[in-house]
Amino acid sequence: MTRIFVPKDSAALAVGAEAVARAIAAEALRRGLTVEIVRTGSRGLFWLEPMVEVETPSGRIAYGLVTARDVADLFEADFLAGAAHPARIGRPEDHPWLAGQTRVTFARCGIVDPASLADYIAHGGLEGLQRAREMGPAATITAVTASGLRGRGGAGFPAGVKWKTVADTPGALKYIVCNADEGDSGTFADRMILEGDPFTLIEGMAIAAFAVGATKGYVYSRSEYPHANATFGAAVQAAMASGRFGDFDLELRVGAGAYVCGEETALLESLEGKRGQVRAKPPLPAIKGLFGRPTVVNNVLTLATAPWVLARGAEAYSALGVGRSRGTQPIQLAGNVKYPGLYEAPFGLSLGEIVEGLGGGTASGRPVRAVQCGGPLGAYFPPALFDTAYDYEAFAARDGLIGHGGVVVFDDTVDMAVQARFAFEFCAIESCGKCTPCRIGAVRGAETMQKVIDGIEPEANLALTTDLCNTLKFGSLCALGGFTPYPVMSAITHFPEDFLRPHEGEGGVR
Amino acid sequence: MGSGVTVFEPWRPDRAEEIIAAHLPMDGAALPILHAFQETFGCVPKDAVPLLARALNISRAEAFGVVSFYHDFRSVPPGRRVVKVCRAESCQAMGGEAAGRHLLAALGIGWGETTPDGAVTVEAVYCLGLCAVSPAALVDGEPLGRLDGMTLAEAAQA
Repeated sequence: MTRIFVPKDSAALAVGAEAVARAIAAEALRRGLTVEIVRTGSRGLFWLEPMVEVETPSGRIAYGLVTARDVADLFEADFLAGAAHPARIGRPEDHPWLAGQTRVTFARCGIVDPASLADYIAHGGLEGLQRAREMGPAATITAVTASGLRGRGGAGFPAGVKWKTVADTPGALKYIVCNADEGDSGTFADRMILEGDPFTLIEGMAIAAFAVGATKGYVYSRSEYPHANATFGAAVQAAMASGRFGDFDLELRVGAGAYVCGEETALLESLEGKRGQVRAKPPLPAIKGLFGRPTVVNNVLTLATAPWVLARGAEAYSALGVGRSRGTQPIQLAGNVKYPGLYEAPFGLSLGEIVEGLGGGTASGRPVRAVQCGGPLGAYFPPALFDTAYDYEAFAARDGLIGHGGVVVFDDTVDMAVQARFAFEFCAIESCGKCTPCRIGAVRGAETMQKVIDGIEPEANLALTTDLCNTLKFGSLCALGGFTPYPVMSAITHFPEDFLRPHEGEGGVR
Repeated sequence: MGSGVTVFEPWRPDRAEEIIAAHLPMDGAALPILHAFQETFGCVPKDAVPLLARALNISRAEAFGVVSFYHDFRSVPPGRRVVKVCRAESCQAMGGEAAGRHLLAALGIGWGETTPDGAVTVEAVYCLGLCAVSPAALVDGEPLGRLDGMTLAEAAQA
């Protein structure tokens, strides 16, 4: 029986994958053919979605940009045997975009059946957990520390150090909390794991729990991800029922549209059933976290990478990357870019290689004007900074951040004064209200930027904005207020011409 | 979720108490209860606040504080179709704002509003994780990408 792989990834569904799957089933039935349709995650080549793969003796053969209307034609061309067709891409792993990647965290995404623990195990799943159990908790933490794995949520804190703190803190009850509140625009890697390889995250959490002596885990996901929650929720049930995760108990919780709950202490408050307001640190969550207990809070990608680190060894991971940014980063290319998708590569590519090389420039065909890296709190970089290496330290040295790995491309129709205003507006909408710089400053910032756009004393109001940004940067309790100056000040610094000219109409991306 | 027309139950305190009882054993039960309210009744009406407060042994002010903190929870039921349009940067870069404006103009409403006939509610969201197929929206929980004003308005009114 021929197996056909059709993504069930949300972004593939958003461009018609469900209709394609239904059309394949109907056409096979009409022709009296028995096929098995496996719903996978996405390979991450989103400009080719819906991308369908067929299992043949020479491996999987992919067909890209398939619509439901193409399906009869594909059968006619004998795509079940991997035959020629205008939509034929060939073996996905031979496609230059995939061939150039180093897939660690995403090694199985788009390949395995996310509904099947057996398929996960057949593809090397649970080897990391097995290895951890053989090594013992202390050696597991040592391996994670030695690998150089850093928090992929954005802060880049060494994962092993965090785990060790929790392990060393006495407590009868400890928690592993996975931050899946992926709110940054331009990022979708967490969602891809939840939908495409959920068991790797569950395994990673079980490893962390074993290492620090925790028995309970929570994944805090987003209400904006209904399909991810359905897929991941089913995987959690299957995993817990399998008995392969020992006494580790895992629960999926869903947020309610508050961006700030991606901040770890706000997330913990929300999990406890409170307003998602940021806590002052110290105490660190590692010491006093969820319900006052020692808690590991790690991003999806951090935890989902732990199984690979344990299975392949710390050296294999630390051999990748540059400087203090070890391993790989799943780069998420989005916005106005010709080839949007997920590109996992060792740290160290230049921003220009990412945007122009991998991304192929803009989708609109116009010149690239600005690239926002690291989500709504990340800096806008002009092409003049395209030589910046993609690693934590190099971006920080140029007043930017890589954050959760989002790269959003804008063409030359963007109005950077409007983008700066949006950064303040977003901060105002999402502020938890606990600290004054963020709560009041964001509103005042948006008003002041509107004055600049309206041509009211632009120089004086830009000076005021700069001053306000300093207050936000140094006076805010968390990164929401503290990092809003990144998009604002980078826009003012790198694109001053947009702030000192008359604006017409509402603006934005015109 | 799903493409069918969503029918919500009318608010009933005894039904709400059932929901509370089903979720109360969970640690940090507030959000699961509120999500279940909204799935059942289409919203979290103000009458739900005292029930939540009593169940969780917190003040009404605290309970109201939780409900009002989260963007998701509505105080009145939405239209028969809920369209969540992404207004974040990746979608901005691909013409999402223009598409959103077109939709709102076609429906004659503003962000967060429902058409007078109760057919469609349009809400702004900030990132659906569909950034690689921007501009994007969720229509009754089903993702849609590579939208423009026309296709978005069609999906909202189909």
